[in-house]
Amino acid sequence: METVSTPGAQATSGGDGPLLRVEHVGIDYVTGGRRVTAVGDVSFEVRPREKIILLGPSGCGKSTLLKAIAGFLQPSAGRISVAGRDRLRPGPDRAVVFQEFDQLFPWRTVADNVAYPLRVTGRPRAEAAQVAARFVEMTGLTPAADRYPHQLSGGMKQRVAIARALALDPTILLMDEPFGSLDAQTRTRLQRELNEIVARTHVTLLFVTHSIQEAILLGDRVVVLSHSPSSVREIVDVSAIADPDAEAFVHVRRKLRGLLARDGEEVEGGVDD
Amino acid sequence: MASTTDVGTTGGTTASGRSATQQVDRRTWGSLPGWLRRVILLAVLLALWQLAATLNETEPASIVGPWPTAQAFVEGWADGDLASSTLTTMRLLGLSMLIGMAVAAVLTTFAQWTRLGQDVLTLLTSILNPLPGIAVLPFAILWFGLSESAIVFVVANAVVWPIAANISTGFRTVPPTLTMVGRNLGLRGVRLVRDVLIPAALPSIITGLKTGWAFGWRTIIAAEIVFGVSGAKGGLGFYINDARTFLNVDAGFAGIVSIAIIGIALESAFGLLERRTVVRWGMKALA
Repeated sequence: METVSTPGAQATSGGDGPLLRVEHVGIDYVTGGRRVTAVGDVSFEVRPREKIILLGPSGCGKSTLLKAIAGFLQPSAGRISVAGRDRLRPGPDRAVVFQEFDQLFPWRTVADNVAYPLRVTGRPRAEAAQVAARFVEMTGLTPAADRYPHQLSGGMKQRVAIARALALDPTILLMDEPFGSLDAQTRTRLQRELNEIVARTHVTLLFVTHSIQEAILLGDRVVVLSHSPSSVREIVDVSAIADPDAEAFVHVRRKLRGLLARDGEEVEGGVDD
Repeated sequence: MASTTDVGTTGGTTASGRSATQQVDRRTWGSLPGWLRRVILLAVLLALWQLAATLNETEPASIVGPWPTAQAFVEGWADGDLASSTLTTMRLLGLSMLIGMAVAAVLTTFAQWTRLGQDVLTLLTSILNPLPGIAVLPFAILWFGLSESAIVFVVANAVVWPIAANISTGFRTVPPTLTMVGRNLGLRGVRLVRDVLIPAALPSIITGLKTGWAFGWRTIIAAEIVFGVSGAKGGLGFYINDARTFLNVDAGFAGIVSIAIIGIALESAFGLLERRTVVRWGMKALA
């Protein structure tokens, strides 16, 4: 698979090789003249149409890893490749949804926040508006299409960011704790909506979180990371589990909690209920 | 006043809510509509001005009242004297603003790219921003003579520092997430600056231009008055000083009124620009 431009092609030809390959990746950075290792040695793979969760304690380097996959920084060791290409620069084939509410362009309306990236990536104006309208609708934002970001609630802002990223038709959608700043109710609702949208668009997803509940609800497989400098502790299959009250859910949650607690860190349980 | 009676009647009908009624009945200054408060104050101001003129009736006059000033204002604009002076001042100020903005753009670009550039800009703005622009005029005259170049030099120096300081702050405080979103779309270089950094820094950029213009406006009038004293011609400051020299007090007052009106107009233009952009986008609270 060379460069994948349409998701249809990718989806049909997919199923063979992994789309994203993270091989023995280590990431150092320099702060205050000191060299700090954020990511020690991490390896995992993401196959087409898979939903992979990076789960780890706060400060374990999972966001750093996501930024390296997005191309914002280069790994100090190992290799990251997407659809066969490595030495990645930032690009819309790996659209990112961030945690921060200020990721929207304040000077653009909801519709234009979604349409502008499409124009940047070469779509004609009319087509960009059309595609944007479809994704604005999919995320339930049509009534707010003409509003500016400052007129939206946090949950709506994150919906716009998701619509914007999906409209770019990414090879892999990267999400960096996108629901981390939302209240519990909104968070639960957006998790459910994201599941529906991902099922509809067949997008490949890499999702960073420190919430066990979120990991089980959204993921097919959960890559559990250790403390910084992080390594992969275990990769847990959670694909068949959706009902939070089911026996299997409780079981897997206990297992993930055990994996995280091995660091002696207090597991953040507030968002788990 | 009709509205007073209206409120009085409504107050009477709701006799049960006494405290509420009392609040409505007491007409305070603050409960008047904003435009009315401004009209009243303006009328008081004009009356005081008239009073001062009446009490100081000398021959020839050293203070003229609002009416002769208004006449001289209309006359000055009609015969083109005030208009051409205003034009001269605005032309020089515009030229100085352009030079100031260009220099500020170069300085902030270096400040963005290199640590040295940032240190240089910080040092220069912290020294030269608090320095009243007019202070360098004597040396500007020494270097450039009694020429327009001297005025442009002084005014450009007055506007460049607030503009540079504000733009630099604006770029430095662009949310890092927003820059990452731009890069995520594949934007780089000029396109990233134009489509993401400049709009994101717009509140500071407008503030910089507004402050720069205000500094420049004060400086150019002062510089022109000094030039008027030195015998060179041109500009509103010169016009006022010239009127004083020939005891055309009404014309001088008309010049001052012109300066005030232009100041108010440009101030409102910036206000309008802000309301249409950064306030509308929630990037700046309404002042």
